[in-house]
Amino acid sequence: MRFAFTDDQILFRDTVADLLSKECPAEAVRWAWADETGRRRELWSALAEMGVVGLTVPEAHGGLGLGEVDLVPLLTEVGRVAFPGALVETTAVVAPLLAENAPASVAERWLPAIAAGEAVATVQLAGQPFVADAHVADLLVAQHDDRIYAVPGDKLRLTPQPSVDGARRLFSVEFDAADAELVVNGEAGWLAANHAFDRGAGATAAVLVGLAEQMIAMTVDYVVARRQFGVPIGSFQAVKHHLADAELKVSFARPTVWHAAYSLAHGRTVADRDVSLAKCFASDAAEVVARKALQCHGAIGYTTEHDLHFWLKRTWALAASWGDAAWHRRRVAHLLLDA
Amino acid sequence: MDLNFTEAEEAFRAEARQWLEANVPRGLPSGDTREGFALHVEWEKKLFDARWSVVSWPEEYGGRGASLWEWLIFEEEYYRAGAPQRVTQNGIFLLAPTIFEFGTAEQKARFLPRMAAADDLWCQGWSEPDAGSDLAGIKSRAARDDARGGWVINGQKTWTTRGAFCNWLFGLFRTDPEAERHKGMTYLLVPLDADGVTVRGVERLDGDEGFAEVFFDDVFVGDDLVLGGVNQGWGVAMATTSSERGLTLRSPGRFCAAADRLVDLWKRRSALAATGDLAAVGAGDPALRDAVAQSWMEAEAYRLATLADVTGIVEGRPQGARSSLTKIFWSELDVRLHETALRLLGPTAELVDDAPGAVDGGAWMKGYEFALSGPIYAGTNEIQRNVVAERVLGLPRK
Repeated sequence: MRFAFTDDQILFRDTVADLLSKECPAEAVRWAWADETGRRRELWSALAEMGVVGLTVPEAHGGLGLGEVDLVPLLTEVGRVAFPGALVETTAVVAPLLAENAPASVAERWLPAIAAGEAVATVQLAGQPFVADAHVADLLVAQHDDRIYAVPGDKLRLTPQPSVDGARRLFSVEFDAADAELVVNGEAGWLAANHAFDRGAGATAAVLVGLAEQMIAMTVDYVVARRQFGVPIGSFQAVKHHLADAELKVSFARPTVWHAAYSLAHGRTVADRDVSLAKCFASDAAEVVARKALQCHGAIGYTTEHDLHFWLKRTWALAASWGDAAWHRRRVAHLLLDA
Repeated sequence: MDLNFTEAEEAFRAEARQWLEANVPRGLPSGDTREGFALHVEWEKKLFDARWSVVSWPEEYGGRGASLWEWLIFEEEYYRAGAPQRVTQNGIFLLAPTIFEFGTAEQKARFLPRMAAADDLWCQGWSEPDAGSDLAGIKSRAARDDARGGWVINGQKTWTTRGAFCNWLFGLFRTDPEAERHKGMTYLLVPLDADGVTVRGVERLDGDEGFAEVFFDDVFVGDDLVLGGVNQGWGVAMATTSSERGLTLRSPGRFCAAADRLVDLWKRRSALAATGDLAAVGAGDPALRDAVAQSWMEAEAYRLATLADVTGIVEGRPQGARSSLTKIFWSELDVRLHETALRLLGPTAELVDDAPGAVDGGAWMKGYEFALSGPIYAGTNEIQRNVVAERVLGLPRK
C-alpha cells in the first residue's frame, strides 16, 4: 500500500511547474484573453519537448507511454497557472482514445504528431454541446452515437461561443461526413466514448485542484499583506475560517482525484464511480474556494485589473464541464443505490 | 502508487474478520451507562484475551506489534463487523501514545498491560469549568509536598467522559502558578479511588451518564505518577491532542461502516416508500438520494485521505497541524450522515429505546446525538479552523 506519487513523478511535476511558472505567468493568461487565438504554439512545443503533451502516447508513436496517474500531478500544475490550452483534450482524452481504438492508419497519422507537439487535438462527446480550442485544433475526435470519428481541424466549420473565461475558447462545430474518418464504432465505440468521458472528467478534476490551490495561495498572500484596523485582515477569525474551509474542501478533494486516476489506470470496474466522486468533490471544492477567495479579496478581487478573476472564471467553466458536481453525485447515487 | 495490501496484511485481515464475526457481541447497550459500561468492559477483556485490544502495541504490552496499515485494516474489520465503539479509547488511543513517548520504563510496565487488559479504565482530565477551548487557562493546582515526595491536588475537572465509571484519570495540573500560562503545568496520573477525590456523574444530551465532574480535595499523588517531567505538561499534553484530532481516535473504518449502513437504510426506506407507507413516503425524495450518495462519498474521501496520510507518516512526513483538517472533516461528515438518516426515517426518527415502532432500535437518533459531540470535543471545530489558518496556511495569530 502506497498512496503517493513516486520520486520520479514528483520530479517531473516540479520540472513542468518550473517551466509553467516562467512561461505561463498571470500576464500570459491576461494576454490570452486579449489575443485573437490566445494560444502560443511555442509554449505548446515546449511542453511537448518535455514529454507532457505526448505523455499518454505509446512509445512506439514517439510518446512516453505513461498513464493517468503520471498525468495527475502535471494537470494540477496546469490548473495552478490557469494554462490556456487543450491539454486535457489532447493528452488526457484523445491520445489514449486513438491509441486504444484507432486503426493503424489513423493512429500513425495523428499520434506521432501529437507527441511532437505538431498536432493539437480536441474532442466532442455526446452531451458536450461545445468544443474547446477548436480554432487551433489540428484534429477533432467526435462522437455520433456509437461512432467515433477523427476530423482534420481545417475541415471544421466553427461558430464561436464566447465563454465567461476569456482565455477559454469554445465553439459550436459542424463538419461534413466525407471529411470524417471512422475511429471505432459499435459496442467498442460506446465503451471508448464512456472511457474518454471518464478520462476527461478525471483530468479536469485534477486541473480544478490546481486552480483551487492557487486561489488559496493568492488569498493567503493577500490577507497577510492587506491591513485594516491596523492589523492584517488575515488575523481576523472570520477571514481565517473562510480560508480554513477552503483548505478543508481541497484537502479532501485531492485524494479522490488521485484515486480516480489510479482506478482508470488499473481498469478497476468501479472507475466510473471513482471518477464521479473525484469530479463531484473537485468541482464543489473549487467553487467553494473561488467564493471564499473573492470574499477575502474584497473589492479588488471584484475587478478585472486584479488577476484573481482568471482563476475564478476558469473554475466556473471547468466545474460545470465534463459533468458538474450535481451530475456526478447523481451518477454515484445511481451506481450505489440502484445496483 | 499501489493500493494493494500485501499477502501478510490480507492474512491479518482474514484472521481479524474471522475472529470478529464469531465474537462481536450483538445488541450491547450504550457503554456510557454504569450497567452498559460493565458489559463493554467484558467485551474489551475478550478482545484482550484474543490479543485484539491493542493490535499496534508491542507484544510485551499485550499487542501484536501491528503496523499502522494493519491497524487500519483491523479498525475497518472491527466496525465492518458491527462492533461497538471502544469504551477504553481514552486510555488506549490518547494516554498510551503519551506513555510510549514520555513514560519511564516503570510507568510503561505498570500501566500499559493493565490498560490493554481493561483492568485499569482511564478518563481524561483536561477541561475545567473556566478552561475549555482555552485549555492553558486551567487552575487546578498541584502543590509540592517534599516530605511525602509528591504533589497535593486541589481543584476541579469537568466534561470527563465516562469519569463516573473509570478508576484512573490523566490530566493537566498547575504546578508553578508563577509561570507563564503555557508553562508551569504538569501531566499527572491520578487514581480515582485516592482520598479526597469526588466524582459526580453528569447526564449528557443523549440521556446517558457519560460525563462527570471530578473534584480534588487535597489529593496526594507520588512523584512516580508524573508523566514526562514537572512543568512540562503542556508539551506532553499536546502530543496527545494531535492523536485525538488525528487518525488514532477516528479511523475511517467507523465512518465507512456507518455510510454502508446508511445506504442499506435508504434501500429499506425507499422500498417502503414505494409501497405508499405514509411514514416512509419522504424517503422517496430525490434530494435524499443525493444526500445519501454525498455521505457515502464523504466517508470514502475520508478513507482515501487517510491512506495518503498514513503513507506520509510511514515515510516520515507526519501530519502535523493538518490533523486539525482531519478532525473537522470526520466530525462534520458524521453529523451530516446522521442528519440524512433521520430525514430518511421521517416521523419515526424520534423513536428511541424500546419504542416498538423504532427503526434499528432507535440507533440513528442515538448516533446523531453522539455525532453532535464531535464538532465540540477534542478541540472545538472553531479552534481547529484557527489552527488550520495559522499553522497550515500561515495566517498571523494577531
